[in-house]
Amino acid sequence: MNIEMLPPALIMLAGAVAILLTRPGMVRNAIVLVAPLLTLWAVWLVPDGISSTAYYLDYTIELVEGSPVRRLFATIFAIMAFVGGLYAFRTARRFELAAAFAYGAGAIGVAFAGDLITLFLFWEVMALFSTVVVWCGGTEKSKAAGIRYAVIHLLGGVILKVGIEGVMVNTGSVDITAMSVTDFSSAMILIGILINAAAPPLSAWLADAYPESSPTGSVFLSAFTTKTAVLALILLFPGESILIWVGLYMIFYGIIYALLENDARRILAYSIVNQVGFMVVAVGIGTETAINGASAHAFAHIIYKALLFMSAGVVVYRTGLSRCSDLGGLFRTMPLTTVCGIIGALAISSFPLTSGFTTKTLISEAAGAQGLVWVYFLLAAASAGVFLHAGIKFPWFVFFQKDSGLRPKDAPWNMGAAMVIFAFACILLGVYPQLLYQYLPYPEDADFYKPGKVLFYLQLLLFSGLAFFLMLPLMKRTLTLSLDTDWIYRRMFFNAAKVGARALADIRDRAANDLNAASGWLSGWLSANWKTDGPFTRSWPISATALWIAALLSVYVFVYYL
Amino acid sequence: MRAHDNHWLTRPSTVRILWIVFSIILGITVALQFLVPVKGAFAIEKTFGFGAWYGFLACVLMVLVAKVLGWLLKRPEDYYQSEPSAQESADEH
Repeated sequence: MNIEMLPPALIMLAGAVAILLTRPGMVRNAIVLVAPLLTLWAVWLVPDGISSTAYYLDYTIELVEGSPVRRLFATIFAIMAFVGGLYAFRTARRFELAAAFAYGAGAIGVAFAGDLITLFLFWEVMALFSTVVVWCGGTEKSKAAGIRYAVIHLLGGVILKVGIEGVMVNTGSVDITAMSVTDFSSAMILIGILINAAAPPLSAWLADAYPESSPTGSVFLSAFTTKTAVLALILLFPGESILIWVGLYMIFYGIIYALLENDARRILAYSIVNQVGFMVVAVGIGTETAINGASAHAFAHIIYKALLFMSAGVVVYRTGLSRCSDLGGLFRTMPLTTVCGIIGALAISSFPLTSGFTTKTLISEAAGAQGLVWVYFLLAAASAGVFLHAGIKFPWFVFFQKDSGLRPKDAPWNMGAAMVIFAFACILLGVYPQLLYQYLPYPEDADFYKPGKVLFYLQLLLFSGLAFFLMLPLMKRTLTLSLDTDWIYRRMFFNAAKVGARALADIRDRAANDLNAASGWLSGWLSANWKTDGPFTRSWPISATALWIAALLSVYVFVYYL
Repeated sequence: MRAHDNHWLTRPSTVRILWIVFSIILGITVALQFLVPVKGAFAIEKTFGFGAWYGFLACVLMVLVAKVLGWLLKRPEDYYQSEPSAQESADEH
């Protein structure tokens, strides 16, 4: 069997195992950099249609099924693993690197999964190894956050599995084909996928877990889970209109929570939810332009979001700090990190000449073409909001703002190189979008570089910038966190358990009191009657015994004759 | 590592110049609409300065909404680390 016949995910998985087994040094470094490139090569060799099957129970399992959109997602996952590996290999722990690669393998496996069973299998691989990546943060907080993260994802996995079983029973087929939510099973599948997309009401897991991982771990985490969920939505639920409203909620949830947040990496985590919201809206619209928009935006998003997490990661790595209130003024000694962070911030804000502009605008265009007035204008407002919360807020508070007095060194060479590659990609896809458009699922010849279009976006974004600086006093950083639905499982259940425990304790106390009283009475009675001269212990005269026997016998005879 | 300096970018005179330059740029982006008709899916987008006031108002609104929600949702950083009973009684006061 030739290497190109192997599922690309297995190449990546083999890389993960090899990283785990080799000592630190040139060999392991080579594996970290070569495994993703080999995977990328295998990804491009995957032909359209099913190319690898196996049998499981009575079902034919399609391990590898190629199509343009699947190859597109697998490509960016492999590129992400390469650049992420470059960023991480000198500082990340062995377990973290291996887990991150296995996690990436899971994402690539999902991208090529030809049936629901394979999809589920790789889905769980991702849940498992992403949890390990969170744990590799190595702090008490990351341990706790990792457990909460695992619980939510295992729950999502169970819901997904229930849906898949239902579809298998109802249709007798495990094929991945576009469906709509018509019954319980398809609804379960949709909910299971949406949990991984950080959709409401369970959005909180993302901003809870990702910022607790290591500076290198968060770079990997930002890329895979939510974007495989977007791909699964594209494959299974294109045009499911409820997704439009779910996505809009995610967009504004991400903006508002990021505005409230003080931790730099948590701001970026909330903005993942915000950006995935745009993609979910696009899948909900479901036209060819919209699906192109969702795919292209996912591709561009992985690059600029990883770039933003890389720049934040360098700051955390150099200073050990991630709260905006502790940072500021870092541009003096970290010029490269600052510039790369700003390029990522401009790209996420879809500034003209960046990848965000050429991909997110496809989604707005799709909404406009369908006559969805509300959606269109809410997306425009959201674009302004993205510039507000991620485009300016993140670089301003981390790199400028006040002089925190910190003078950390700039990025180590490998982290710098990784950032430069992705910063370059952000601009390349912004200047030359056809590079990406030719690989989209549907033919795309959009050209947004028309003076009128560019002018509109410049007005929108620059005046958002004006609003930011005019309203700076209202955005004073506070040492706070913001309550979210995770309050229910982090606090309410705990409180409920506490109240329950208190009620049980009350019952126990009352029972103990009653028992105490009863035993007190009993012991009083016993000691009264069995004391040395008590009725049951003192010596009675023989006449008394005879009298009692006579009395008992008379009672017996009387009862017998009744 | 702690040292405070007077970097040219943070001097009040530079900041003032930056404000002036950016104000001019903002003015230009709006004024350009006299020459370049804005393209959009809906008629209102083509009205004068729509992108400018819409983006500005959207941001003001989002900051204010965040501010109001902040009063309801913000808790001290160690909220989840602290003892709930102590926390709850602190909330009530």
